[in-house]
Amino acid sequence: MTTTSLPRTARRATRRRRDWRGWGFVAPFMAVFVAMIIAPVFYALYLSFFRQQLIGGNIFAGFSNYLDVFQDAKFWESFGRVALFMVVQVPIMLALSMIAALALDSARLQGASFFRIAIFLPYAVPGVVAALIWGFIYGAQFGLAGSINSFLGAHFSILGAHFLQPFSVSWVLPSIGNIVTWEYMGYNMLIFFAALKVVSSELYEAAEIDGAGPLRTVFSIKIPALRGAIVIATVFSIIGSIQLFNEPNLLKTLAPDVISSYFTPNMYAYNLSFAGQQFNYAATVAIVMGVITAVTAYIVQARGSRQGDF
Amino acid sequence: MTTIDRASGQRVAPAHRAKAHRRGSRQRKSVVLTIVMVIFSIYSTVPLLWLIINATKSQSSLFSSFGLWFGNGFDLFGNIAQTFTYNNDIFLHWFANTLLYVVVGGGGATILATLGGYGLAKYRFPGRRAVFAIVLGAVAIPGTALAVPTFLLFSQIGLTNTPWAVILPSLISPFGLYLVWTFATDAVPTELLEAARLDGAGEFRIFFTIALPLLAPGIVTVLLFAIVATWNNYFLPLIMLSDPTWYPLTVGLSQWSAQATGVGAQPIFNLVITGSLLTIVPIVVAFLFLQRYWQSGLAAGSVKQ
Repeated sequence: MTTTSLPRTARRATRRRRDWRGWGFVAPFMAVFVAMIIAPVFYALYLSFFRQQLIGGNIFAGFSNYLDVFQDAKFWESFGRVALFMVVQVPIMLALSMIAALALDSARLQGASFFRIAIFLPYAVPGVVAALIWGFIYGAQFGLAGSINSFLGAHFSILGAHFLQPFSVSWVLPSIGNIVTWEYMGYNMLIFFAALKVVSSELYEAAEIDGAGPLRTVFSIKIPALRGAIVIATVFSIIGSIQLFNEPNLLKTLAPDVISSYFTPNMYAYNLSFAGQQFNYAATVAIVMGVITAVTAYIVQARGSRQGDF
Repeated sequence: MTTIDRASGQRVAPAHRAKAHRRGSRQRKSVVLTIVMVIFSIYSTVPLLWLIINATKSQSSLFSSFGLWFGNGFDLFGNIAQTFTYNNDIFLHWFANTLLYVVVGGGGATILATLGGYGLAKYRFPGRRAVFAIVLGAVAIPGTALAVPTFLLFSQIGLTNTPWAVILPSLISPFGLYLVWTFATDAVPTELLEAARLDGAGEFRIFFTIALPLLAPGIVTVLLFAIVATWNNYFLPLIMLSDPTWYPLTVGLSQWSAQATGVGAQPIFNLVITGSLLTIVPIVVAFLFLQRYWQSGLAAGSVKQ
């Protein structure tokens, strides 16, 4: 691709001479990549086929670790939870991001650059700090949830309980979803905004000649133009949801009775290895989750590009 | 930010200027859209505002005052001093550790991604396609799925509980490699490299004298994202480090927060809040000053997919 402008004979000559030079630049990255990504993957595979026993030590276990994972109620409970999270939180967040991006792109906003920065700012906040801030805000002691509850008083209580209970069993997942949405809404907004910028002005021109109003332009030109960006953002959000760890792990200290040690698959794998020393089983859980993530991401991508054909 | 505004203005302006009379309705500012964006902005900034306001309160004032307004007394500077000196200046250690991980880890990731991305964009070498396939495939692997096996590998060679356990895994940024690759393809003309070769310059000399200056904007973008990733890193150091003196800010803060519950609880809410504020100030400042770069980076990432 770099030599296409040269005549064919010259290209063949330079190609033969130049053959291995690129490796001089790529080799350092690939060396670290192999050591830090490839090696752990194979080590995890190796671990998943062995079992540590009190008598006999490290023995080959075949697929028994995998069979255990598939019959593990705790694993499926945690997986069901992130699946539910994914199905609800990702569409809400991406819809909000898209509305914001379309508003930025409409050229009908006063102070658009202020809005862009303000909404993107949470992305710079570490997930840990985001969870800590929201954890305080949710708190009944000096958080805003407590203030709202005492403001609403007894009139809005449900069965004698307070109106807002971010850490109750039924509220805790939406509470985490809110933190994640807060962190990544602006990031996804900018991805959509960048994709809208490259829509050719002739398309808008043509739409206008055909008499399309602003809403029609949004639905017939802008949203279809976003398809690629939507697929990318969805894949990243799905990977993020399945890997959910930081937010629930930090809120766990505030709601220990509601957030269990196997609240998400990642927390389960973490607690298996670092609280239970069950490294072989933890590696198996990690591999199963990795495969599920990759397959889900692949399906979303394949569906997204197939829809692009017509 | 102004450059991009200008760019978007240009996109609209030349083609439509002739029909300016018809475009009048389109350019009118919309109240509804503005209200929607105001709501989004409030949602995004109120938690940060909450953090700033509550960093000025003492622990007792936190409980006695309304969350979104100042309490009695202004204790910001007292809180900052207490944050830095609490528990034998441990916060300063965490700050220095974070800087170390950011400079060596994030900086190293940028160097590796720059060299690799340039090599992929400007050379055709055996195995190039395989490198692409492997690196892009690795993006789908959940980072945390690697954490347990990486921890076990590191513990066998005695690297856990050392700074290397945090630095080495953060040296790899597939996104950075991809960004430099797309950037170098357009920004470094192949003819320029050919001309330098005819003059007898070596490949690395060409890289440093010709390619590097042209790549600078892309490199700053990659550096910015690498800094954010290492500054915000939590899971990896949480697993790898057991000695609090090696913690980065994120792990240290979560430990301070956990101190409020359990047996022998010693809540230090005011220090957790002030420490959180001190943790995000540098990264937010970096973002505001380098806006141009992260926006171009996101644009490159989404355009060239």
